[in-house]
Amino acid sequence: MYYNWLKLLKESLRNNSGWKKTWRNPEVKKKYDIIIIGGGGHGLATAFYLAKEFKIKNIAVLEKNWIGGGNVGRNTTIIRSNYLLTENEAFYEHSLKLWEGLEKQINYNAMVSQRGVLNVFHSDSQRDTFIRRGNSMILNGADAEILDKDQIKSIYPFLDFENARFPIKGGLLQKRGGTVRHDAVAWGYAHAADELGVDIIQNCEVINFKFKSGNCVGVDTNKGHIKANTIGCAVAGSSGLLMSKANMTLPIESHVLQAFVSESLKPVIPGVITFGAGHFYISQSDKGGLVFGGDIDGYNSYAQRGGMTTLEDVCEGGLALMPMIGKARLLRMWGGIMDMSMDGSPIIDKTHIGGLYLNAGWCYGGFKATPASGWCFAHLLAKGYSHKLSDKFRLDRFKNGFLIDEKGQGAQPNLH
Amino acid sequence: MKNSNRTNLGLIDYTTEINFQFDGIAYKGFQGDTLASALMANGVKLIGRSFKYHRPRGILTSGSHEPNALVELVYDNTTEPNTKATTIELFEGLIARSQNCWPSLKYDFMSINDKFSNLLSAGFYYKTFMWPSSFWEKLYEPLIRKAAGLGKLSTVDNTRSSEKGFLHCDLLVIGSGPSGLISAYIAGLSGAKVILVEEDYIFGGNLNNEIISISKLSSHNWINFIITELKKLPNVRLMLRSCAIGMFDHGVFGIIEKFNKSLETKISQVFWKVTSKKAMLCTGALERIIPFSNNDRPGIMLSGSIRSYLNRWGVIPSNKVAIFTNNDDAYITAKNLISYGVNVVAVIDTRENPNITDPNIKVYKGSQVINSKGKLALKGINVLSNDGKVFYLECNTLGVSGGWNPNVQLSCHTGVKPEWQNDILAFIPGKNNISTHLKAVGAANGNFTLDSCMIASETAVLAILKELKIKVKNYKMPDIESETYNIQPFWYVEHGNQRKWIDFQNDVTVKDIELAYKENFRSVEHLKRYTTLGMGTDQGKTSNVTGLAILANLSNKTIPEVGTTIFRPPYVPVSLDAFVGSSKAKYFKPIRLTPTHEWAEKNHASFVETGLWLRAEWYTKENEKDWRQSVDREVNSVRNSVGFCDVSTLGKIDIQGKDSQEFINKIYCNGFSKLAIGKVRYGLMLREDGLVMDDGTTARMSDNHFIMTTTTVNAESVYRHLEFCHQCLWPEMDVQLISTTDAWSQIAIAGPNSRKVISKIIDPQFDVSNENFPFMACKEISICGGFRARLFRISFSGELAYEISIPSQYASSLVSYLMEVGKEENIAPYGTEALGVMRIEKGHAAGPELNGTVTALNLNMGKMVSLTKDSIGMILSKRIGLNLEDGPRLVGLKPIKPENQIISGSYIFNLKDKLNAENDLGYVTSSCYSPTLNSYIALGFLKDGNNRYGDKIKVSNPLLNKEVFAKVCNPIFVDPNGDRLRG
Amino acid sequence: MIIEHPILGPRDIHEFIYVGDASLINRPNWNDDDAGSKFYEYLYLRKNIAGIHKELWFHQQGDRSWLVVSRNTKTHEIVKVDLVTKVSKELET
Repeated sequence: MYYNWLKLLKESLRNNSGWKKTWRNPEVKKKYDIIIIGGGGHGLATAFYLAKEFKIKNIAVLEKNWIGGGNVGRNTTIIRSNYLLTENEAFYEHSLKLWEGLEKQINYNAMVSQRGVLNVFHSDSQRDTFIRRGNSMILNGADAEILDKDQIKSIYPFLDFENARFPIKGGLLQKRGGTVRHDAVAWGYAHAADELGVDIIQNCEVINFKFKSGNCVGVDTNKGHIKANTIGCAVAGSSGLLMSKANMTLPIESHVLQAFVSESLKPVIPGVITFGAGHFYISQSDKGGLVFGGDIDGYNSYAQRGGMTTLEDVCEGGLALMPMIGKARLLRMWGGIMDMSMDGSPIIDKTHIGGLYLNAGWCYGGFKATPASGWCFAHLLAKGYSHKLSDKFRLDRFKNGFLIDEKGQGAQPNLH
Repeated sequence: MKNSNRTNLGLIDYTTEINFQFDGIAYKGFQGDTLASALMANGVKLIGRSFKYHRPRGILTSGSHEPNALVELVYDNTTEPNTKATTIELFEGLIARSQNCWPSLKYDFMSINDKFSNLLSAGFYYKTFMWPSSFWEKLYEPLIRKAAGLGKLSTVDNTRSSEKGFLHCDLLVIGSGPSGLISAYIAGLSGAKVILVEEDYIFGGNLNNEIISISKLSSHNWINFIITELKKLPNVRLMLRSCAIGMFDHGVFGIIEKFNKSLETKISQVFWKVTSKKAMLCTGALERIIPFSNNDRPGIMLSGSIRSYLNRWGVIPSNKVAIFTNNDDAYITAKNLISYGVNVVAVIDTRENPNITDPNIKVYKGSQVINSKGKLALKGINVLSNDGKVFYLECNTLGVSGGWNPNVQLSCHTGVKPEWQNDILAFIPGKNNISTHLKAVGAANGNFTLDSCMIASETAVLAILKELKIKVKNYKMPDIESETYNIQPFWYVEHGNQRKWIDFQNDVTVKDIELAYKENFRSVEHLKRYTTLGMGTDQGKTSNVTGLAILANLSNKTIPEVGTTIFRPPYVPVSLDAFVGSSKAKYFKPIRLTPTHEWAEKNHASFVETGLWLRAEWYTKENEKDWRQSVDREVNSVRNSVGFCDVSTLGKIDIQGKDSQEFINKIYCNGFSKLAIGKVRYGLMLREDGLVMDDGTTARMSDNHFIMTTTTVNAESVYRHLEFCHQCLWPEMDVQLISTTDAWSQIAIAGPNSRKVISKIIDPQFDVSNENFPFMACKEISICGGFRARLFRISFSGELAYEISIPSQYASSLVSYLMEVGKEENIAPYGTEALGVMRIEKGHAAGPELNGTVTALNLNMGKMVSLTKDSIGMILSKRIGLNLEDGPRLVGLKPIKPENQIISGSYIFNLKDKLNAENDLGYVTSSCYSPTLNSYIALGFLKDGNNRYGDKIKVSNPLLNKEVFAKVCNPIFVDPNGDRLRG
Repeated sequence: MIIEHPILGPRDIHEFIYVGDASLINRPNWNDDDAGSKFYEYLYLRKNIAGIHKELWFHQQGDRSWLVVSRNTKTHEIVKVDLVTKVSKELET
């Protein structure tokens, strides 16, 4: 089913009776060429690109619950490519370019809104690291600008320039960064993949892997046994649990990240702003709610909720940056399970088991990576080797010392 | 129009009149009114416009679950949007305005949306706005954003502030309805430490809305009796206007206490963090609607809310009232209305055989309301009777009751899903099999009759007191008549094809749910997100259960099979400043001052933030207009004579014990096992992964006494690391650690005349000649006639230098004294900028180089990592990725033209290479102007750097559009042999 | 969250700093032949249990003791708290 305004108009005259399922509910087959475990943003994107770019026909996405019910269903919607290290920056810039053309590709309005991401800084040393980052962005083909205090004041006059404990000295702006409607990404990729023949199987939990001579040959699920010679795992915070079924221990800890939304308000924050003297970032959704967040709570968790201390820290950061949001009202707070890796950067790699591939370790930054992650993982699954853009995201990099550590914090996941 | 609808009874103080305004019109109300009750009493029916379709809306409820009557409140020079008229305590001078309408509430231009409802159905925006792609950001999105949003955020700062507090108790009772009151009463009498919180501005909960007799008292008098008894108990804390907004792990609750706007308080609210041993959820139940065509007109309310307005606020909604119900409770409303002489035109009961005994009430059994009429206010309803006939009934108010939903929200906050209870057709809190912290009782747990509620509460609180090991004291339970509650399933009216509203705030209809189902959004999560059902400021309190009942119907499943979405904090929306309290603006984080801060201020220092510290960055002399003049002067004064600097912020860790030396030897990657008493050594500290964590010095003061220094920024983390190593890795070692960063101040005195100056203050028995106190020596000394101090001969500047450590309270005096005794030598204070220039001149790594991704090898210190002992990080430092042949190395960079500034954060390229990531060879970490060399200089990491001294390269900064040609050199620009250090 | 400190009683979580899996107590022997491999596994691989998880917390704003806390990562329920100095080096996993 093709979506556009003409169809919308037609259907409105027919009392909306002609709409079809956004994706089918097919019966699961006994065998597929490729199985993707995980029906979140990354899993669905992978399936789409496998079908579209690599022309694979027989694909299934197995989702334990309902698609898009994990982190893609509850994130703070930011997209950007403003990383420091080339291994990351090149990848995220590719992702941003894919975001730019996404709606046309998947025929779904994901509300890609490139309204700018501004990172403010508060000291000279911070400025220096931001300059380095801006240069890295430009060298990797992305866009970056440095703004001084007055320039920031002219676009965001409501930031605290007078009474701040850590006065704003300037900021790094990426104009092409912005936000995307997260739900629509999952549903859009599902719709597009489904149109290309991908079977999306919901409420299908993988219970075990099936092995033969050191290779993975299928999975046992609550819907029966399914054969496949290529299996890609994209389950984010549940990676540890899934891969333990293959006797693998990962360099990943699962942590809770909380996010918050306010009551709906008339437009007041045009772009995405991150605070430099504390963990806080904010944007305003198209529905009017202020969507904001901060740091992870800091301890391992699968509970998808966190504590009050984080709420206080986040709000303190928010008010330090922009005092006016003191009067906005918190409507809802929630949490997700983040797959925090040991250097803060992702893993897209084959495993030591033939036919079994892993896409994980996205920490709290997986959403913006969705298109590139899907695209690169599809490349890996289709060809058996990684594309240049993701060939440094190896599982063995920790053993060999080729770390991709943006924050320079070392082997402690909760510091990334 | 003026208050004509009053009963002159209820919990209202009719002697205190209050003036208020709504949309520019002046009205009168009374003490005890809410804005909603006062408006109702004045006959105002139209209060707002809905979010999407701008439908005219009136008051639906009498509490914080109100989806319709949202107004903008104006007070204290500020505005508060999205405020529920049903919860605002009326105060003198209150000004309220309707929202989301233009040009007026009555004539709202955007109501044109309503005509396009088929086009604007659920999820429509996902299917369009995609073409042309540039139009999304330029046109569509700005329009959508402008149309969205209910209220406007004021940018004016509130004059009243928020505060925070902590409370602890044995038992937290949430809600002061009958179950909360009786539980607090029994527990309080028995001596338990009880906190009773009530969201409303009076105690009593839903009991305030009823006219019943309890122990021969009226409900109101019984409530007063209990409260009076509770007030006598010192172990009971009663809190009004206090809402439990969230339950967190381990019995921790968040409570927001608000203060009446009419009170002369500087504080508008307090955020209480309550730690309780046990808690009881006595939050009652909220009524739900029955969707039918056009069930959202002003004048259509929840039947229980009509009762509230009638009995508590003394307001008659109108003179022709009809009731639509599927359960027994609505008949109480009918009875109460009749007792005030109101014409109850009919009760339309969906049940074929309801158990009705009152002959005064006209009942249509097995019937449904299928439509309503009246544009800005209800005029009448269409009824479908059980014999298939449709007729019209005139009425101005319709009370709807689709059943009651226990207010389970808080019980879900720690992840327990509610359970379906079929006899009341509602969800109750799940049996929390993980921890037994929260117990739900009363209507919150499905005990809908007063007698069952009291008995259940008693049982529960007794069990809790037993668990708390508190002996129960005598109490008397009240006399209550027994009641019954009967309900039969009826979720929505199928008849009729005009829109039937479920979520009033987000304008979600039955059609939307049907459409979502059709498009395969069939889980409750999908349904919610696709239709936005339950995502408004009422958080779905009036709509969630009805929504999923309809979903269950469509999917041919039972409601428990379909399940429910989980509730999350906060229970009601809370302004963000509540969670900040006074930690705002300048008080966001503490300020740490160095021991010489005051002295520095007096001496015209300019300050810079280093973490939480304020450090002097330079001292401005009278004629100096530019910071560079000050800094260059300070550098020159050190290199040519002598200067001093407060370096107290660097971490100091005191290490003592028999095994201290062995411990330190395992901490640093370089050798410390041979460090003699009275000697200091540079120490390089690696993380366990082999990368550099920090550097500093460690001095051996005596056999088993060492003092370690760290960088300012890493003081805390290094200390923690040391404690980790001691307690977790080597607990058998005899070592004790303590941080002495704040206790001891540290003053660096540097320059060729430094020995001359310090000799003037060090007591004569200590010999500080070069022979007896060489480079890297240390000693416990005394200065100025017996003041305890420590002397270290270490140098960051590369000059002959010392550091004197003295208890912090004497630092100010010391520096003043140094200024005096050093007059001859023109001693001058220097700040962090000059310090920075000198260490760059000497190629010393500091913060910008120690960025966490750097190895000893990168810093040209590879050989320092001893391979013949165990130390943190040694093994993993050998990984191939960290030992590449041509890996990054610390180098110096000197611009070809000395006046060209090399900017930190620039990237290094070969002269002929294109500027892209592939050709990137490294980056600049630190840079400054060197007055010693009369040139800009810089430090950076360069691929294969140690083999490239003398090479010309370009330093590019595309971000700032700058490029400088430079030469690679040894990072030690000044005195590379270190002669000055050892003189 | 509240952590029941063995000496000081119940303390709020904001007084503590979390490091991670308590298996960090079992630092390998640098002299082993395959020390490189062992240190890699020790530092980087995590069981990441969904259930009772033994982990290290540092009482930064208190007595500066390291604690081994046994906490259920699915429910956050804490079942045991010990001073690390009392816990044996051999951890049961």
